[in-house]
Amino acid sequence: MQDLNLLAQDNRGQSQLENGSGLVGWDEITQGSILTSFEGDATEIVNQKSEERMYSNYNSYTASVASWRVEKPVFNIDVCIDCQNCWVWCPDTSILSRDKQMLGIDYDHCKGCAVCAEVCPTNPKSLIMFSEQTALDEALASWPEKKKKEEK
Amino acid sequence: MAEKYDLNEREVWDGNFAASQALRQAQVDVVAAYPITPSTPIVENYGSYVANGYVDGEFVMVESEHAAMSGCIGASAAGGRVATATSSQGFALMAEVLYQASGMRLPIVLNVVNRALASPLNVSGDHADMYLGRDSGWIQMDAFNAQEAYDLTLCAFKIAENHSVRLPVMMHQDGFTTSHTAQNVYPLADKAASEFIGEFKPVDDMLDFSRPVTYGAQTESDWHFEHKAKQHKAIMDSRPIIDDVYAEFEKLTGRKYNRVESYLMEDADVAIVALGTTVETARVAAQQLRDEEGIKAGVVAIRCFRPFPFDQVREALENVKCLSVLDRSSPGGAMGAFYNEVSAALYTTASRPLVTNFIYGLGGRDFSIDEAKRIFKEQQAHADAGHITTDIQQFSGLRGPHLGFFQTKRG
Repeated sequence: MQDLNLLAQDNRGQSQLENGSGLVGWDEITQGSILTSFEGDATEIVNQKSEERMYSNYNSYTASVASWRVEKPVFNIDVCIDCQNCWVWCPDTSILSRDKQMLGIDYDHCKGCAVCAEVCPTNPKSLIMFSEQTALDEALASWPEKKKKEEK
Repeated sequence: MAEKYDLNEREVWDGNFAASQALRQAQVDVVAAYPITPSTPIVENYGSYVANGYVDGEFVMVESEHAAMSGCIGASAAGGRVATATSSQGFALMAEVLYQASGMRLPIVLNVVNRALASPLNVSGDHADMYLGRDSGWIQMDAFNAQEAYDLTLCAFKIAENHSVRLPVMMHQDGFTTSHTAQNVYPLADKAASEFIGEFKPVDDMLDFSRPVTYGAQTESDWHFEHKAKQHKAIMDSRPIIDDVYAEFEKLTGRKYNRVESYLMEDADVAIVALGTTVETARVAAQQLRDEEGIKAGVVAIRCFRPFPFDQVREALENVKCLSVLDRSSPGGAMGAFYNEVSAALYTTASRPLVTNFIYGLGGRDFSIDEAKRIFKEQQAHADAGHITTDIQQFSGLRGPHLGFFQTKRG
């Protein structure tokens, strides 16, 4: 079973510029409304995994779009063959994979498009769409059986 | 390393060639351009400098002016010195992207060779395109001849790239009357010019991989207002820096520029306020009227149209009895925009001189010394009567029955 809070950071969705008494004024914002992506020197950032990076408050990584989703993909680790097909196809880099091992879904950035479930080649599928309210154990308990060849 | 370009101490250049030479000396990194009359030769000449090895930068031919300014924005955000040129319809097509450039605080230099806007289609000079840019958040400077087009283009880089400014600058000159009129121009040596402008020091450049930045953020009602206010403050605060750059240029060349240029204004009773080549016509007329008829005429010209020199306009004009502001753009159902701005500045003075408005020179219609004299004399008549005796807004050089609007309530 995957960890539902995988990679979630405390500051997600909290990236407003505040100074104690509310949002800051015109004199405290960035010139040209530019947004910096990382805190500190980012020269080697390409070699770091996302959970190791010092994302700035301006980075969209710290914002959650979970509320856009109506259905969510649920991942079943017992069926997955780590083929990485979902990782390749996901338009929001929300498939979490390390060393070619599928770990789960980044639910802060997944918008529920269902591409991952569509391209999953296993039988039964390792990624299936469930309503947002369905609990993880409930979803896994209702996982379909392997389909026999004549049932196709 | 760029090839050496031989320059004489005195050259015979038109305004376009002068501007292109300033771009060459600035050693611009990227010029993305789509040529259009009458600014075509700026781009054409620059292209030949690139082809012949006189500049090290890149020249990008694009498919429209919208793309030209978009390319400039990309190159400027990446961290390079960037310039381009356009006119009229091209300027209008660029308009959307002009606001992007100033909002992102990118120090692009845009040479605008002023030309009328269609319809009807017209390739000659008026100020319709310059006026179209007046709310775009760019600094706008105006050259009245080829020498000034050269000098002020060099100044434009130095102003735009100053880290306290970081705003794009438009360098205006009149289509054909300046851009295609060959005159004596005294250029700086390449080394002196590039040392004056100084080395380009990028800010928030996208090619700095140690500090990645995002340009072009979206801000809604919670943040947009603050960003625009900060941008407005920056262009307002550029005034003393523009003055400093002009002063430094004077030290180098002896040629003195001011945000507001006053001519024979010390004791003037009547004045013409104008932009572009009309300024030189009005100056000749003022001198002749003083010599021939003893009318104390003077001319106030706006060198720096944005930020609008509200402060210096007041100082230059508050002791005049009557003045006329000349708008070379069809106002489309209002008093001339320039008239409104000068009037607003003068309304805050104790003297509140009489101010009239002429619409003139649209589509390249000639503006003569005799017509400037007639306008001066008309202002003298208003001054003698103590109130405006004609319509406040009139047309100068227009065929057909008299056309004018609104009368004074001060008489």
